[in-house]
Amino acid sequence: MDNTIVATHDTHAEEHHHSLPQLRHHFETEQQQREAGTFGMWLFLLTEIMFFGGLFFAYLLYRNWYNPAFVAASNQLSIPMGTVNTAILISSGFFMALGVWAAEVRKQGLLVLFLLLTTLFGCLFLGVKYFEYKEKWEKHHIPGANFDISEFVNPPLNPTTHKPIEEPLSPDMAKKTQVFFSLYFVMTGMHALHMIIGIVLLGWLTWRANRGEFTEGYVAPIENFGLYWHFVDIVWIFLFPLLYLINRHPGT
Amino acid sequence: MSATSSTIVNLPDQRTATLPKKNYINAEDGILSWLLTADHKRIGILYLITITFFFLIGGIFAGLIRLELLTPQPDLVASDTYNKLFTLHGIVMIFLFLVPSVPATLGNFLIPIMIGAKDLAFPKINLLSWYLAVIGGSFTLATMVLGGVDTGWTFTTPLSTHYLNTHVVTAGLGVFILGFSSIFTGLNIIVTVHRLRAPGMTWFRMPLFVWAHYAASIMMVLGTPVLAIAITLVALERTLHIGVFDPALGGDPLLFQHLFWFYSHPAVYIMILPGFGVISEVISTFSRKRVFGYTAVAFSSVAIAVFGFLVWEHHMFIMGVSNYSALVFSLLTMLVAVPSAIKIFNWSFTLQKGSITFETPMMYALAFIGLFTIGGLTGIFLGSLGMDVHLTETYFIVAHFHYVMVGGMLMAYLAGLHFWWPKMTGRMYPEAVSKLSAVVSFIGFNLTFMPQFILGYLGMPRRYHAYPAEFQVLNVLSTAGATVLGVGFLMPAIYLVWSLKYGKIAGNNPWQATGLEWQIQSPPLTENFVESPVIDYEAYDYEWLAHKTEQEVTTVG
Amino acid sequence: MSSQYHDPANVNNPEHAEHHIVGPGTYIAIYVTLLVFTGITVGAAFIDLGVLNPIIAVGIACIKATIVILFFMHVIYQSKLIKMTVGAGFFTFLILLTMTLTDYISRAWGRW
Repeated sequence: MDNTIVATHDTHAEEHHHSLPQLRHHFETEQQQREAGTFGMWLFLLTEIMFFGGLFFAYLLYRNWYNPAFVAASNQLSIPMGTVNTAILISSGFFMALGVWAAEVRKQGLLVLFLLLTTLFGCLFLGVKYFEYKEKWEKHHIPGANFDISEFVNPPLNPTTHKPIEEPLSPDMAKKTQVFFSLYFVMTGMHALHMIIGIVLLGWLTWRANRGEFTEGYVAPIENFGLYWHFVDIVWIFLFPLLYLINRHPGT
Repeated sequence: MSATSSTIVNLPDQRTATLPKKNYINAEDGILSWLLTADHKRIGILYLITITFFFLIGGIFAGLIRLELLTPQPDLVASDTYNKLFTLHGIVMIFLFLVPSVPATLGNFLIPIMIGAKDLAFPKINLLSWYLAVIGGSFTLATMVLGGVDTGWTFTTPLSTHYLNTHVVTAGLGVFILGFSSIFTGLNIIVTVHRLRAPGMTWFRMPLFVWAHYAASIMMVLGTPVLAIAITLVALERTLHIGVFDPALGGDPLLFQHLFWFYSHPAVYIMILPGFGVISEVISTFSRKRVFGYTAVAFSSVAIAVFGFLVWEHHMFIMGVSNYSALVFSLLTMLVAVPSAIKIFNWSFTLQKGSITFETPMMYALAFIGLFTIGGLTGIFLGSLGMDVHLTETYFIVAHFHYVMVGGMLMAYLAGLHFWWPKMTGRMYPEAVSKLSAVVSFIGFNLTFMPQFILGYLGMPRRYHAYPAEFQVLNVLSTAGATVLGVGFLMPAIYLVWSLKYGKIAGNNPWQATGLEWQIQSPPLTENFVESPVIDYEAYDYEWLAHKTEQEVTTVG
Repeated sequence: MSSQYHDPANVNNPEHAEHHIVGPGTYIAIYVTLLVFTGITVGAAFIDLGVLNPIIAVGIACIKATIVILFFMHVIYQSKLIKMTVGAGFFTFLILLTMTLTDYISRAWGRW
């Protein structure tokens, strides 16, 4: 039985002088497999854009509805911690980018080093986040039954000028700070969850990189994980100004 | 085979014919070889078994609903139980049957073959997608065992977050996981279509089945994550009491509706577009003509994918959205009818002057065209603002979406299943009894849902287990129809299984169809093709096929 | 004749781009740029610019994100297909944003 439409006149298989062991049977060339992988990863990142997109829309809506509450609640977040964390995450992304380069130029030692640095900075980020969350817990700013709005209705006084450090909110508006903190925890929590998943994957990739799997010409996992890691960076790049920097010039 | 005979079926001589010695089914043995397979064809079969199981469960719920509605009094089940029945019917049928129905079974099986590839781009992710479907399905089953969920499949807030004490989180988690399963299927199809087309398989030589799946996959990838975040927020609101949708804390319940329907309207097209693809193949094959206006049909699939994202608010007209915005969405809803109409007209023109034969797939396909048109046109009623206020939340809307989903998608699914059954199993289904089942389903379907249009127009609200006595006659008709419909769906389940052993040997190309999948053995080899095919003919080129057959006869004979 | 069709990596196709290795020099430049922009965005938040404050904050975030996408994520060296895919993602997000806003903005004109 004839199983083909038109037989190919010459098979091109011989043209590949060395094909990677990771080349899967249904791809004809490494190039094709690699581009398919990158494309698939980007499609996955589209789903991430839409996933966070829903949250960003919720933020946009409530920030416009309850602007005073969002301003007051946002000023509870620590700018130094947020800025340092942004720098940490950018550094982590930077080392990830260098890791991709190291894999491409087949430097195994450098690749492992850069992956470890990426992991280290990722963990540092989560560490700082832990202290930020802890402070919210102590101040009863976690949404739920124990949420406390007193600080927004009666802001503490500035010790030198004896004026409130923040515009006092009406109790009704002060309640809306809970919406801000709900979004704050969901957005940063989802971001942190993506970081944790990323760090787990990093551990696995580092172990494999240490065995030399990615420095023999097969770099797709490093490259595609890099895309994921940079995407998580981008989410934070938007979260930082939107959550921490709403209005930092009180009294004007 | 002459085109003038009443059938185009061309089977090999049954006395000598055998199934191919080597094929994907017997390539490896043992249960593990199936559970750990990376072969898209085997995964398609796994999906087929899974969704058939869940279709049975969803069907049982539907039967109980209709049984309760036989009498006006609430006598079979209590109101709470009834709420759980229709909720689980919706969740199971939508997320576990309709969304994966054609793309994950037929699409999985056929798309790589149709474009001349050996497999989908990411076989392991394909397998993962099936496992996610099974896990998501298990969560849904767990919900049933634990005591059910009664929010309606829409998880409407604040009902789902504050007023119910059923297993919303379990069910929501199931839907979340099923969403990922659907995303991975869609992602795989998109990459495969872009990257793995065989030499010569240009975009406009692809079968329309592939185009339809491509468009549906785009919607899966872009829409599903928005559902995921909406469901996640509902779950967090229930467990951690955050305040994103809670009006008591300043949240807006309508925001949930916006996010939910941003997915769930496109989901309607995710469900129906693959069905369109099946119909294009079947109509062309059984009228022996190229699909009329191939390019228009191909682009109308893409147009539906684009417009589908712009109309979701028509599910929310009576929920207190802005009138101005409702006007915009109402007009856009009219727009999305255009590409669907293009398809219907083009199929009709394909039929015109074609050499039509009435095998079972064609009968289902013709049923599809009629029923989907009714479903689509009643959608126009619901999309226009004034009518919607009267008809929404009544049985009119129930009848409308069942005409689209059951009359449309399920008929298309059965058309496709019969059409490609010989390719998947190597054996024919019994023709006479399957024709009967197509007729029975068609009659049963109309008897079930036509009365519901009238009931809805008269004002019978949906989601209640009791109703005024004057509605009983129509409800009895509907329940009687549901029984007939149940028989119509049970018959294929029985004779298709029967045909696995006793069906006639189908040969490579029983329908004399032009698709690439019909030029290889049935059931196919694990690698699909012996040699990479090179495509040098357009889709649906019956002259090319006749020429090819002629050559084979002269060279072999 | 088959070579005319045989194009497994779609080499003659807009979906294909030659693979490009980005060196550490580029990455360092991008890294410094990102840090500088982080500084600017923090600084700008302390100056009262009225309605411009959020616009500048989001604008800078967009610039940073674009730089990351183009260089760290190599999109600038990728095929048109990848570029369009990235664009499609943000475009769909904008549809979600604008189409939902048609409801919220016009639900109570002026009180938004």
